[in-house]
Amino acid sequence: MSVLEVRGLSVDYGTLRAVHDVDLTLERGEVLGLAGESGSGKSTLAYAMTRLLPPPGVIRSGTVRYKGFDLLSLAPEQLRTLRWNDIAIVFQGAMNALNPVASVATQLLDVFRAHRPSMPRAARLARCRELLHLVGISPDRLDSYPHQLSGGMRQRVMIAMALALEPEIVIMDEPTTALDVVMQRQILEQMMELRAALGFSVVFITHDISLLVEFSDRIAIMYSGRVVEEAPAQSLYRAARHPYATGLLGSFPALRGPRRPLRGIPGSPPDLRHVPSGCPFHPRCASAMDVCTARTPVLAPVDQHRSVACWLEHENRGAT
Amino acid sequence: MRFLLRRTVFYLVTAWAAITVNFLLPRLLPGDPVQAMITRFQGRLSGDAVQSLYVLFGLDQNTSVLEQYLSYWGNLLTGDLGLSFTFFPTPVSEVLGQSMPWTLGLMGVTTVISFGLGTVIGVYAGWRRGTWVDALVPVTTFFSAIPYFWLGLIAIAVFAVNWQVFPAAGGYPAGMEPGFSGEFAGAVLYHAVLPAVTIVVSSVAGWILGMRNMMVTVSAEDYVLVAHAKGLSQRRVMISYAARNAILPSVSGFALSLGFVVGGTLLVEMVFSYPGIGYVLFQGVNAKDYPLMQGVFLVVTLAVLVANLLADVGYLLLDPRTRREAW
Repeated sequence: MSVLEVRGLSVDYGTLRAVHDVDLTLERGEVLGLAGESGSGKSTLAYAMTRLLPPPGVIRSGTVRYKGFDLLSLAPEQLRTLRWNDIAIVFQGAMNALNPVASVATQLLDVFRAHRPSMPRAARLARCRELLHLVGISPDRLDSYPHQLSGGMRQRVMIAMALALEPEIVIMDEPTTALDVVMQRQILEQMMELRAALGFSVVFITHDISLLVEFSDRIAIMYSGRVVEEAPAQSLYRAARHPYATGLLGSFPALRGPRRPLRGIPGSPPDLRHVPSGCPFHPRCASAMDVCTARTPVLAPVDQHRSVACWLEHENRGAT
Repeated sequence: MRFLLRRTVFYLVTAWAAITVNFLLPRLLPGDPVQAMITRFQGRLSGDAVQSLYVLFGLDQNTSVLEQYLSYWGNLLTGDLGLSFTFFPTPVSEVLGQSMPWTLGLMGVTTVISFGLGTVIGVYAGWRRGTWVDALVPVTTFFSAIPYFWLGLIAIAVFAVNWQVFPAAGGYPAGMEPGFSGEFAGAVLYHAVLPAVTIVVSSVAGWILGMRNMMVTVSAEDYVLVAHAKGLSQRRVMISYAARNAILPSVSGFALSLGFVVGGTLLVEMVFSYPGIGYVLFQGVNAKDYPLMQGVFLVVTLAVLVANLLADVGYLLLDPRTRREAW
């Protein structure tokens, strides 16, 4: 059963289209990975889903269904109550996500103040301690200020904060980018344990494919504001179908299995002001054909679990 | 605590240096206050009287500079700043004591009003950037770009001469005896309106601009986005997350401007003949009144130092990052 359904979402920055007609479904309890190069629109997509897009970002079209509501047309006050109660976000860059002049306690308590006004203060404090304990931080850190915590601890505080109201969905936007490799793993493993225990769904955004493959159930690969392939993590890892997804996987070392040579993807991400005609990936694609320069392939299912937006697949199936 | 102690020691050393410079300054300047005095009395002073004047002003030729310096300190610590020439034979400390409340009252209150008003408008303009509130920025900047004496004179011309709604000069009506009566307080407020409004109008733009720009910068910070995502009310995000961080640079600016409350009043008080420190200094400079000038400089220096210390304390309270482990 799906908890979040994105349909036809398009986001513009001025005249640039950063997210192009994206469909995405988040199933209950799953970890959906969003991958892509910088500027592929993955963070924009996440912020647009929760209507947190900073100006000049504008949502042009689409719906985001959650519990029968369309998040994109919700009244501001309804949206405010829904935020964090139902959809919490762990932001990228633990460095700046905490207010530098407020203590950890103040920032955790703020959540209860806004969403549980009737909860007595003692209960709120007890819950804060419990949350810190949950993410492995000593509760006496409540009175600390962000600058007194290490990067890993700050990210844990952010996770504790995200779980404060036991949300249905946690969006993790590059949650471990600022951390060292050991800390990345610790934090993600802890997050997955908590997910197993509390049963929330996760949208996991990163450009680190190896982390994504390891921790996601399903992966959507984005390129130039579009989802180009969506498949279960393991089958995507074993055999990606879209040439861009293949390239992306080929540019990271495998965590397990035999050694294979690393290949990058030639060229650079498209300039959103001058998106190539047809399939935006065709100038960098080794298997580009005539049709690729002329017409844009749409994301379509190629088997029961996998969708690909590529003329190669469509031709294989005789769709064109 | 150690941090504050270190700062205090630093300010004490600075104060010592400033006072020493203050002692040396008139002695390094060409001209001689006693000569000026003699000229004023047109030679009707005896030799003995001239000598005793030198002693009186601490300029006795028979004592060394070191002795003068030590006795200067001795006098300073007992609150004796010498005698004013302009208001001879009133002691400088008494002249300062009389003019200080006027300056503190006018400039202190207007500085606080200007800071408060500018900050509130700045917070709002930064939060609602791109709306009509932004129009306040160029309008107020226009007024602060006008030289103050000109703005003051125009205000007098319009509101005191043409319309005659407010008095043109002075701190209170000429005939009235200063005292703690409601009538006197009312008259003082009435006389303060024109100078106060012109000060606020010409200084508020700086606070608005600074605060607005910091709000715009801070609003783009991750923690403000997090605060939105947390579903906090707009008000809470604006005040506790955005403004709370954006105000930090303004606070140090405010403390410093409190320091200049005493010193920066020259123009205002000249334009409005307001009986404060600046007006006294103006008269003192005209009369080569060294003890008076020294006294004013001393007060200004100390005020700036105290304001700096206040800025440090304010920062300690507002920004946890400046607190060291020992705090």
